[in-house]
Amino acid sequence: MADKNNTSEPDKTGHSWDGIEEYNNPLPRWWLWTFYVTIVWALIYTILYPAWPGINSATPGILGYSTRANVAEEIEAVSEANAGLDARLVETELGEVMADADLARYVTAGGAAVFRTYCAQCHGAGAAGVVGGYPNLLDDDWLWGGTKEEVYQTIAHGIRWETDDDTRYSEMPAFGEVLSSAEVKSVVEFVLQIGGEDHDADRAALGAPIFADNCASCHGDAGIGDPSLGAPNLTDAIWLYGSDREALSATVRYARFGIMPAWTGRLTESQLRQVTLYVHQLGGGE
Amino acid sequence: MTTSQPIPQEPPQLYAAREPIFPKRVSGKFRALKWWIMGVTLAIYYLTPWIRWDRGPNLPDQAVLVDLAGRRFYFFWIEIWPHEFYLVAGLLIMAGIGLFLFTAALGRVWCGYTCPQTVWTDLFILVERWIEGDRNARIRLWRSSYDLKKWRLRLTKWTAWLLIAIATGGAWVFYFADAPTLLVNLLTLEAPFVAYASIGVLTATTFVFGGFMREQVCIYMCPWPRIQAAMMDEETLTVSYREHRGEPRGKKHENRTGDCIDCMACVNVCPMGIDIRDGQQLECITCALCIDACDDIMDKIGKPRGLIDYLTLSDQVREEAGGAPRPIWQHILRLRTMIYTAIWAAIGVGLVVALFIRPEIDLTVAPERNPIFVTLSDGSIRNAYEVRLRNKHGDEREFRLSITSQDPLRIGLQGTPTLRVMVPADSSFNQRVYITARSDLEAASQSQSDVRIWVEDMTNGDRAHADTVFHGDSQ
Repeated sequence: MADKNNTSEPDKTGHSWDGIEEYNNPLPRWWLWTFYVTIVWALIYTILYPAWPGINSATPGILGYSTRANVAEEIEAVSEANAGLDARLVETELGEVMADADLARYVTAGGAAVFRTYCAQCHGAGAAGVVGGYPNLLDDDWLWGGTKEEVYQTIAHGIRWETDDDTRYSEMPAFGEVLSSAEVKSVVEFVLQIGGEDHDADRAALGAPIFADNCASCHGDAGIGDPSLGAPNLTDAIWLYGSDREALSATVRYARFGIMPAWTGRLTESQLRQVTLYVHQLGGGE
Repeated sequence: MTTSQPIPQEPPQLYAAREPIFPKRVSGKFRALKWWIMGVTLAIYYLTPWIRWDRGPNLPDQAVLVDLAGRRFYFFWIEIWPHEFYLVAGLLIMAGIGLFLFTAALGRVWCGYTCPQTVWTDLFILVERWIEGDRNARIRLWRSSYDLKKWRLRLTKWTAWLLIAIATGGAWVFYFADAPTLLVNLLTLEAPFVAYASIGVLTATTFVFGGFMREQVCIYMCPWPRIQAAMMDEETLTVSYREHRGEPRGKKHENRTGDCIDCMACVNVCPMGIDIRDGQQLECITCALCIDACDDIMDKIGKPRGLIDYLTLSDQVREEAGGAPRPIWQHILRLRTMIYTAIWAAIGVGLVVALFIRPEIDLTVAPERNPIFVTLSDGSIRNAYEVRLRNKHGDEREFRLSITSQDPLRIGLQGTPTLRVMVPADSSFNQRVYITARSDLEAASQSQSDVRIWVEDMTNGDRAHADTVFHGDSQ
């Protein structure tokens, strides 16, 4: 609306280019002050808090604020808060812990944290293990026993961990030095047969007496294994090193010597119990 | 590029100080309406947290409560859980479309009548007028130097403002905790720091925005005035000056001048400090106080009311050509506003339906992905699921889980041999669930098969379900 009475025509800056003039719509002065305040604020902030970078570190700020120190404090506070639960957990029988609702929550959450920190490197974040020597902890097959006490023993003292006196060893001979190539082939077919896999029945029949003579002392006559010796069950559907002929021949020829560290000393007694019960409740515990 | 003009003597100022505004008292129908709206909106704001609402023993008895720690929102008989936030999102969309609707029909009616900035500024101006007098007295006081009287009036005014500001900041925190308990805690200095901090910040903003910034907030800080221009059209009713009737303005001489006697009444009452006779402006919040002021003058000089009026641009053109303005309902009931109303109402109906078909029990299922399946020693395939069960009742309930699927799959719960689980009152409960397929079933070797997990409330037989998939060993 053109308006002859309009008196609020804005001032002009006085700039004019080819007849085009520029209006001067001044900003409010408080806006400028707000800008100055932000500068002052920023300077004060850099004095109070860590800010200016140096060669080795930044200026620490006179408030002594540090996110790292905050985290350390929080961790300290949490472990102090959990001290009572830790003491209770160590005093309680492993079998009774899950009946105590507070402890059950504590070991499930705490055990998960311990597992992800120390165990996940080999057994995987989801505890599914890796075919090729790292057991799956979710299934119902246990190389060294799946009761709470047996799981605790394995975690606390490890497998084949020589610095721990209570560690356990499985002693499978390398049958490549004892059996001929043909015999190894036959016994592999027999193992495939009792494991319910595709196999050569004639060859397996040849393997049966070889198995009875050489393997049954640890794996049992029927091949169901013995957790006290760390001898795996060969009749189930779970194969730690895979179920192909190549992997099985290698096992028979050279034997397998899986290693797990002993965690006593590196983890507290409470942590050992937490991770034991966590692993036990993952779905396979006996 | 050449400068064709000499550089002026004084360089132009890039920053301008705020021009003080001294709105004059006015009475009339719009002023009366605004007093009512101010009373009602302020009452809603200050009093709502104090309304009690009985929900049973385990739940809070505050009618409107945002329980941030417990992650619940209570609104009278409605209780909203975090996963139902879409209801709040729907309300926000309705608020947005409502603004479209009102702006298309009535211009900046939100700004003029109900915006908190307008309401509190109006309240602060009211207090200012009580203490320091009306426009002329305030201008005199502003011009005078600081003597005892000025200090007394100023300090009285600032104290009154501060009390309102504290009450405003204080009322806010009561929406987030049990109001009577929090009030006692605040007074005995036992309330959490965040409560004091919130009150402090909101007190400061209320005091500064209502007392000193006022129209600066609308003009320089608020994005809404910039957006609203796109939502208004020539059929939008907005506060306008009937220029063809008023001009030329000046002392009243029959046949020589228009109806505007240039008394400045409209300018003197304006809280934004503008002259409505300059036409529609960014600064105008359409509070309509100039209409009241001008109608009063028109009555006194014996001219018809409505020199300043709610008017559309199209009517202005029509009237200038000698026609009559179209009736108001024709401006309001048109395609655009009806479309907005239809969308607004459709979302509203949708929300109400969503609210009423909400189940009292609920579950969500998250399949375990690492690993997606586990082979058991007998060759069967097992999948794990995190099932979150929600019990919205005020008492503990026993839930039973079951599945339906193509193949006869087995369901089992972690930690219990039964399929039943107790879920505490008004809470959600995580339960790990295992589903197992025998090795000879198709599901065991199929990469995916559909599974439906059911939950049944054993108290009243209510059922809910969630669909998920079972992963087999397809290699």
